[in-house]
Amino acid sequence: MTIEEIENEIVEEFEMFDDWMQKYEYLIDLGKSLPLIDEQYKTEDTLIKGCQSRVWMHSELKDGKVIYTADSDAIITKGMVALMIRVLSNHTPDEIMNAKLNFVEKIGLTQHLSPTRSNGLLSMIKQMKLDALAYKQIS
Amino acid sequence: MIESKNITEVQLDIKKIRADFPILSHKVNGKPLIYFDNGATAQKPKSVIDAIGNYYSNQNANIHRGVHTLSQEITVAYENARSTVQKHLNAEHAHEIIFTKGTTDSINLVASSFGKKFISQGDEILVSVMEHHSNILPWQQVCEERGAILKVIPINMEGELIISEYKRLLTDKTKIVALTHISNTLGTINPIEELIALAHVKKIPVLVDGAQAVPHMKVDVQFISADFYVFSGHKLFGPTGVGVLYGKEKWLTEIPPYQVGGGTIKTVTFEKTEYADLPLKFEAGTPHIEGGIGLAAAIDYVNKLGLNNIAAYEHELLVYATEALGKINGVKIIGTAKEKASVISFIVEGLHPFDIGTILDQLGIAVRTGHHCTQPIMQFYGIQGTVRASFAFYNTKEEIDLFINGLERAIKMLN
Repeated sequence: MTIEEIENEIVEEFEMFDDWMQKYEYLIDLGKSLPLIDEQYKTEDTLIKGCQSRVWMHSELKDGKVIYTADSDAIITKGMVALMIRVLSNHTPDEIMNAKLNFVEKIGLTQHLSPTRSNGLLSMIKQMKLDALAYKQIS
Repeated sequence: MIESKNITEVQLDIKKIRADFPILSHKVNGKPLIYFDNGATAQKPKSVIDAIGNYYSNQNANIHRGVHTLSQEITVAYENARSTVQKHLNAEHAHEIIFTKGTTDSINLVASSFGKKFISQGDEILVSVMEHHSNILPWQQVCEERGAILKVIPINMEGELIISEYKRLLTDKTKIVALTHISNTLGTINPIEELIALAHVKKIPVLVDGAQAVPHMKVDVQFISADFYVFSGHKLFGPTGVGVLYGKEKWLTEIPPYQVGGGTIKTVTFEKTEYADLPLKFEAGTPHIEGGIGLAAAIDYVNKLGLNNIAAYEHELLVYATEALGKINGVKIIGTAKEKASVISFIVEGLHPFDIGTILDQLGIAVRTGHHCTQPIMQFYGIQGTVRASFAFYNTKEEIDLFINGLERAIKMLN
């Protein structure tokens, strides 16, 4: 599936929710269910410094595609992180760099991307794209 | 645990008071706003909003030195605002009141100017673990610039200053003490009068960060004998961008200007400038005129309610919320000093403050989460952050009930 197709799939899933509670419960479940990152990569080096919730992110290039793993100490952030990984991981650097990520707005979670430093998500997306750029320049 | 105090019976008509604050009737995320982030900034009564609107509609002109009528009238109004602050703090002179941008600006001014005049290699500056970063960083910088040493008064697990350690740290090398009156994170009310007296025994001046104190209690700078007392307008129900530095005349006269420029001078030649007397010496450039006017309106407003009434009512809210929080499994209150203002920080076992704050926000409840610009406190307790609810006189027990319900709901969702 292309990045856009995955985004559309997520938007459709979220359309089934009647209210904010179901949406957040879904994010919380996502956050709980996924062991996202190998403990060895959870270091100061992979820590993306947001103001409140901490996000650790690791990436590697496999067969021309970037594989991301990540974790957060806040469960809602972790759920958002899981969505980002579902969308961006396992794509080529070019695809990742060009991703618009419009789904965040469509599922009504834009406040998680506001630059208020309240979570590390915005910084994480930036880091994901920077990593993709770095892999592109290597290959 | 905080005890109920038999202070004067509360005489505030909260329903009527709430009607004075337009924002309190707003909805957030479809729910009536419950605003428990007063420690960050307080909401504004209509009289303050009107004073600012009136300034731009009817009074706008630049102050000082204008010969035309508008300029003279607004100069009088601005200087009246200074007198309002003077009376409110019971300062001896109006020229001991310097208008600044806020608490942070006031502290930077004193750290820089006092530092230039009085701090040199090997001197010590004393702060405490519970200071806001704004009362640490300016001093840290002075220390770096002048080769001085920053010393830190420790706190106990309740979140109170350890007085014996404070006494030990007051030495011949100490040049100034900078302390908060009320901790923005823990709510602790420091025994400021006693702390100042102890420093004065050794002839050491004290700067008090009153940002969290002035909205909650009557402050008399002569009674406590503060050398410098600083606060922000916006936490006192006034506008953002304006604050106050009170300084004893002798200190403000001795320390050099901070920023210089228009307004701060008597005569200027390229060879030498003679600076103006207080307070203009410290007020370079066109000031935040409507800020001063708005701040005076805010002070008039709280004085109409009476700060003793406000303190008594807020104490009731504090006791009520503390008891309710204590009944929820897994909740731990951070900061359990005997003397506390209406600020409650807490953590919930196994949950991240950010997650709790996010769910509460969906319910229309505004709290603050994180380290509250007091990372040393977080390091002391070994935590990443807290959830902080801070109450003002327009908050109610009904709102606290809704907050407790919301918190229980958040805990259930997140577990």
